[in-house]
Amino acid sequence: MSNLECVPMANNPEHRDLFPGALEVMILQSLRLKPMHGYALVKHIKQVSDDLLQVEEGSLYPALQRMLKEGWLEAETGTSAKGRPTRIYRLTDAGIRHLEKEVISVEKMFAGITRVLAVAKV
Amino acid sequence: MEWLAQFFSRRRRYEDISISVQEHIEERTEELMADGMSRKQAGQMARREFGNVTLLEERSREVWQWPAFESVLADLKFAFRRLGKSPGFAATVLLTLAIGIGANTTVFSVVNGVLLKPLPYPDSGQLVSLWFNAPGAGGLANFSSGLQLSASMYFTFSEQNRSFLSMGIWTPSNASVTGVAEPEQVRTEMLSDGVLQTLDVPPAAGRWFAQADQDPHGGKTVMLSYGYWQRRFGGDRKVIGRAIQVDAQSREIVGVMPRGFRLVDRDFDLLVPLALERANQKLAGFGYYGIARLKPGMPLAQADADIARLIAVWMDSWSNGPGTNPHYYETWRITPAFRSLKQLVIGSIGGVLWVVMATVGLVMLIVCTNVANLLLVRAESRHQELSIRAALGAGRMRIARELLIESVSLGLLGGVIAVGVAFAGLRLLVASGPADLPRLSEISLDARSLGFTLALSVLSGLLFGSISALRYARTQGSATLGSTTRTASEGRARQRSRNVLVTAQVSMALILLVSAVLMIRTFAALRNVEPGFADPQHVQTMHIWIPDLLISDPQTVTHVQNNITDKLAAIPGVTSVGFAGAVPMENVDPNWDEIRVEGKSYEGGEPPLRLFNFVSPAYFNAMGTRLVAGRDFTWTDNYDLRPRVIVSENFARESWGSASAAVGERLRQFSNSPWQEVIGVVEDVRVHGVDEKAPAIIYWPAMLHDPYTAKPTIDAPRFVTFAIRSNRAGTESFLKRVQQAVWSVNASLPLASVNTMQEIYSQSLERTSFTLVMLAIAGAMALALSLIGVYGVISYAVSQRTREIGIRLALGAQKGVLRWMFVRSALVLTGIGVVIGLGAAAALMSLMKTLLFGISPLDPLTFLAVPLMLAIAAALASYLPARRAARIDPVEALRAE
Repeated sequence: MSNLECVPMANNPEHRDLFPGALEVMILQSLRLKPMHGYALVKHIKQVSDDLLQVEEGSLYPALQRMLKEGWLEAETGTSAKGRPTRIYRLTDAGIRHLEKEVISVEKMFAGITRVLAVAKV
Repeated sequence: MEWLAQFFSRRRRYEDISISVQEHIEERTEELMADGMSRKQAGQMARREFGNVTLLEERSREVWQWPAFESVLADLKFAFRRLGKSPGFAATVLLTLAIGIGANTTVFSVVNGVLLKPLPYPDSGQLVSLWFNAPGAGGLANFSSGLQLSASMYFTFSEQNRSFLSMGIWTPSNASVTGVAEPEQVRTEMLSDGVLQTLDVPPAAGRWFAQADQDPHGGKTVMLSYGYWQRRFGGDRKVIGRAIQVDAQSREIVGVMPRGFRLVDRDFDLLVPLALERANQKLAGFGYYGIARLKPGMPLAQADADIARLIAVWMDSWSNGPGTNPHYYETWRITPAFRSLKQLVIGSIGGVLWVVMATVGLVMLIVCTNVANLLLVRAESRHQELSIRAALGAGRMRIARELLIESVSLGLLGGVIAVGVAFAGLRLLVASGPADLPRLSEISLDARSLGFTLALSVLSGLLFGSISALRYARTQGSATLGSTTRTASEGRARQRSRNVLVTAQVSMALILLVSAVLMIRTFAALRNVEPGFADPQHVQTMHIWIPDLLISDPQTVTHVQNNITDKLAAIPGVTSVGFAGAVPMENVDPNWDEIRVEGKSYEGGEPPLRLFNFVSPAYFNAMGTRLVAGRDFTWTDNYDLRPRVIVSENFARESWGSASAAVGERLRQFSNSPWQEVIGVVEDVRVHGVDEKAPAIIYWPAMLHDPYTAKPTIDAPRFVTFAIRSNRAGTESFLKRVQQAVWSVNASLPLASVNTMQEIYSQSLERTSFTLVMLAIAGAMALALSLIGVYGVISYAVSQRTREIGIRLALGAQKGVLRWMFVRSALVLTGIGVVIGLGAAAALMSLMKTLLFGISPLDPLTFLAVPLMLAIAAALASYLPARRAARIDPVEALRAE
């Protein structure tokens, strides 16, 4: 199991994740499937990545607030699976647009990395 | 406005975050319980996995904040809350700061108003005073105004210069105004054309003088000052065109100058055109101030060169009458040394003000060290809290910032109160009105002064805060957490910073005290100087001016003056009365000219210039000036125009070897003037102030042959100062009697400048006493503050060492030895401070040399007495806490743990 997120440094947003925007892209992609609350997001990413990725709580909540502030998400009052009150996060139209842009750049980046690694192996 | 909406929705956002986090942990707990953990174990596990909830929530909330600003705000709130909890500390610090900053703001406002602000004229940087050096002219070219201009110089320079946009000359005068109310003597300024154009301040009503007003045969005009216009005419605009009687001459009012307008540095009531008759002008008559406005971009040196060229032209164009040598003035070596008008107005007060500014600056440093000391003690009591926070991961910067925020807000609060202090201080200063402080009316708390206060508040806050910030931000958590337990006393390092501060305080206080004591010694030395008159509080003086138009015949003028003298002498309680062209220390020199002593030849053929005065019989008696040899004038000498003079003792010694040898000897003014016999010698008089050497003076009788006219003409001074010796001098009833006596002779003669000789004498000491008072206040503040500092440090040391003292006492330490231990440590600190301070004072006092009189800047008595006084005071200040230490009950001290 690899840690996607390193421990964020409070005053240095450049270092908040492995590469800029990775956590955001995954949150946005997950919420595109359906609105979820925080813990559900953690579990969802863990499951979908077959336990390869684990989201640090220390990064998740600040990231959610940043995205709320950017207007990519909306928070609404809802209940958890157990019937307790919580906040459900939902993707906005701006969020979808941002996600589509980011996905392309993430894919390009992976393609680039893959090629570099392939050359290195030879 | 989005940020505003955000600001208000924040509370909801924060709630969302904590609800989300709570649910997160709950679900994880339940999951773990489902795996078979107990609820307690699962809850702990879930929390551990999650991490620091508070930190995380804080970080999530920060997304919605301006983090730097808001955490500063929080620190600020915290600082105020803590200040509120210790009102005694807050009050002490704020009061100290308010007085320190207030004193600095006050003095800065004075420095700003007098030295820094430009003069209140448009483009005042282009204004110059026409100052001439003339080393060969003796007392005619003096230190305070150089050689003044003659009217002929004005004509030549104003017509032929290439440097000025405009130039003009003026001279202050007095005039009686009749026909408006009671006859009143007013201050006038006689102006040539060009003066108003040079200053370039438009009139408030009416018009300036035009060229036509300067025609000696044209219509007679006058302008009013704003003050006189308000006082006499209630600000009525219809006065323009009205006529008033000025010195019995009817003059039409053509204009009023605006409020606050002063002629360079002089307040006046009336402006009168000089109206010079060109045909009557000679080379001589150096009695006018000159000002000019330079052409834009014209350097002063070029203007100097331009006028230097015209001096030869001036000597070629004019004469002093047939048979005189117009190039005589080459021996005077007249050279232009023009200076900015501002420099002329400020004069030599700049030195005094900068010394005072430096002094209060030093007081501010002492204030800062004192507050720093208090803050150190306070930070000491928060030591544990700060250590714990450091141990929990608070960064150095974070703690330093908090301490600095506290100190800067203290500084700012102090600054706010200081503005009130400064306001009161300035009111007091302007009300006490030091006579020789120029531009007094322009001193105010303006934006620049307030900016200075703000800067000083912040800077001093940073200064005294940085000491404790540096000290505590370094704190190593582990090391200090332990040291507050049962060790006997605190470590040396903790006491060291406070010791350094106290030492610094003592040395700064020493500098201030030395300067204050030197000023006191200077003042005493000045008071000990024999001024050449006696018992000045019982001499009443007043000016009386008899204008040409009122009484034209000079002999009648003398008779009127004689009658007034007789009437005044008849007032009960008056012991003697006389008058003179000028009394000492009023800065009026009736005349300066050459004097030739019989049988003496002079280098270069020209004798030096001597100061002249014109005196009535009994004048010396009234002033208390001793007759050293010979006799006084009599009225018979006067009316018979006998060629007789009285000379000062120094002139007699210089010319004939002794005072008694002078009587019967002869002297004369010009080689063709009649010889004058010396009938008496009087003691030297310090006419230019006690700190200036007494000049040689020739006293002429009040009525004499005019030496400046070709045929013998009788002349008499029309502007004289009466001196009346009486025990009742200065009282109102006495002045009333004096006025009645004068009016019984001539009802249109006003009295002016009514002062006792004591007042004139005190005014001449004003600069010294002003400096003295300022330095004494600063010195007293410094002494008090540094004693508080010594007391505080020792008393804190005692309280910190209670346990140690308890143990010492329990082991049988002598109380006297214990007391001495604390007093000694205070004396060591004071001793080090004194040594440093003595060195600094010795170096700095040479800067004060010009302010001192009759005393060396390294006066041994001062340099011995002040340290001794400081040491005694420090010993006393430390004795109080030391005594408390010796009274400690060992059982109590040890049990207190």
